[in-house]
Amino acid sequence: MTEAQALIRAVEQADSAPRLVAAVRDLAAAEVEAGISTLIAVLGYNNPTAAAAAVQGLIQIGSPAVQPLIEKLDDYNYGARAYAIRALAAIADPRALDILLASAATDFAPSVRRAAAKGLGNLRWSELSTQQQTAAQAKALETLAFIVQDADWSIRYAAVVGLQGLATTSELTPQIQGKFAQILETEKDAAVRSRVQLAQSQLFSTTF
Amino acid sequence: MQDSNWSEDSVAETQGLTVEQAIANLRSPDLSLRYYAAWWLGKFRVNTPSAVAALIVALEDEDDRTELGGYPLRRNAARALGKLGDTQAVPGLIRCLACEDYYVREAAAQSLGMLDAPTAIPALMELLIGGVEVAMPVPGRPHLTQPYDSVIEALGALQAKQAVSLIQPFLEHPQAKVQYAATRAMYQLTQEDRYGQRLMQALEGDDLQLRRTALSDLGAIGYFPAREAIARCAAENSFKLLALKGLLEHQAKQHETPTQDAIQVMNLMDFLL
Repeated sequence: MTEAQALIRAVEQADSAPRLVAAVRDLAAAEVEAGISTLIAVLGYNNPTAAAAAVQGLIQIGSPAVQPLIEKLDDYNYGARAYAIRALAAIADPRALDILLASAATDFAPSVRRAAAKGLGNLRWSELSTQQQTAAQAKALETLAFIVQDADWSIRYAAVVGLQGLATTSELTPQIQGKFAQILETEKDAAVRSRVQLAQSQLFSTTF
Repeated sequence: MQDSNWSEDSVAETQGLTVEQAIANLRSPDLSLRYYAAWWLGKFRVNTPSAVAALIVALEDEDDRTELGGYPLRRNAARALGKLGDTQAVPGLIRCLACEDYYVREAAAQSLGMLDAPTAIPALMELLIGGVEVAMPVPGRPHLTQPYDSVIEALGALQAKQAVSLIQPFLEHPQAKVQYAATRAMYQLTQEDRYGQRLMQALEGDDLQLRRTALSDLGAIGYFPAREAIARCAAENSFKLLALKGLLEHQAKQHETPTQDAIQVMNLMDFLL
């Protein structure tokens, strides 16, 4: 049995919550591609500590985990889905664009939508061709501009964070600056307003 | 705290009912339609004068009764009125504090706290008379004699400093959620740090429900020293975000633009998305 197999087996055979968490941490720390599907399975175990460790492991593995994360996205468990989207958002591989767009716009679970909204601002656009980049960034802006009008404050907050990220990583900064000004005209929620002001100050160095 | 008011944009999400229909349904012969309409008007924050007036009338409803003598429509109307922000509802809600249905009294207390209605303070204080000694479970029912936690929270929100000596003994009530309500109100009324600290320690308790309650209490009082403990707490991110939002709003109320403290809170919130 290889070391990776032993680590995977320890996760599968853990018979208590503390053992599971310890085994997942060990497997995550090993950063082996063979462990990807086991780490993804842990996202659905309804153990937040183990899931957080698995997300961390998947993020460190990076790009090789992207395709499996997309393929195994759990349509029936929104808790697991939120962890997977958080991992995809942090890995920031632009292959996740479509799944992030769909999750941000139409998932029923706010935790999934928030994670996707944040992720849409931070993808590594440079891995796309110039032509693809323009289209992908326009799509991200369109979706974020749409959900920044959501009825749920936490979705609007996450959309502002996503827009700030997009303003930093793309050349859409002027449009996003305009969008922020527009949001401040209508936004009633003090927390969301504060987040817009923070984004403006960090992006455009307006002074308080 | 208050979501955006009723606007044309919201019409798209209301699916099915119109404002006129919902108001008319409050007088429908079908009691389930009345019940739904009251919930709906609150949910979509329809704070037009006619909606508020119709809900105030529904606080006196006699038609919709449960087997145990409860008033389902009154409960929903009282809950909705708290969300609509119209103080015309205050006298009717104060009368509800004397309703025989526990859940009507509970909803009324919560809504009066939300409506910023200091005229309700004497009636709320009356429900605490007898103190912890009479604050006992009602046999066969899942609640105490009065909705103590809601009443105490409302008094805290209304800055009822005259109620401090009445609330203080509830810090030792046998039920944790009543203790938390008293702790939260005592902080709001005295600004003494030890009450905030006590709620912060509750974030490390064993019971998830109580950790969620403590999160919501810390958000309500905007207790800034708890920011890191909130972000670390073993609870769902949605609850933590809501608590941090409370801290942030507290900051935003005092300062036009984000302070360093507010920025710290937002950094923690961003991390939880």
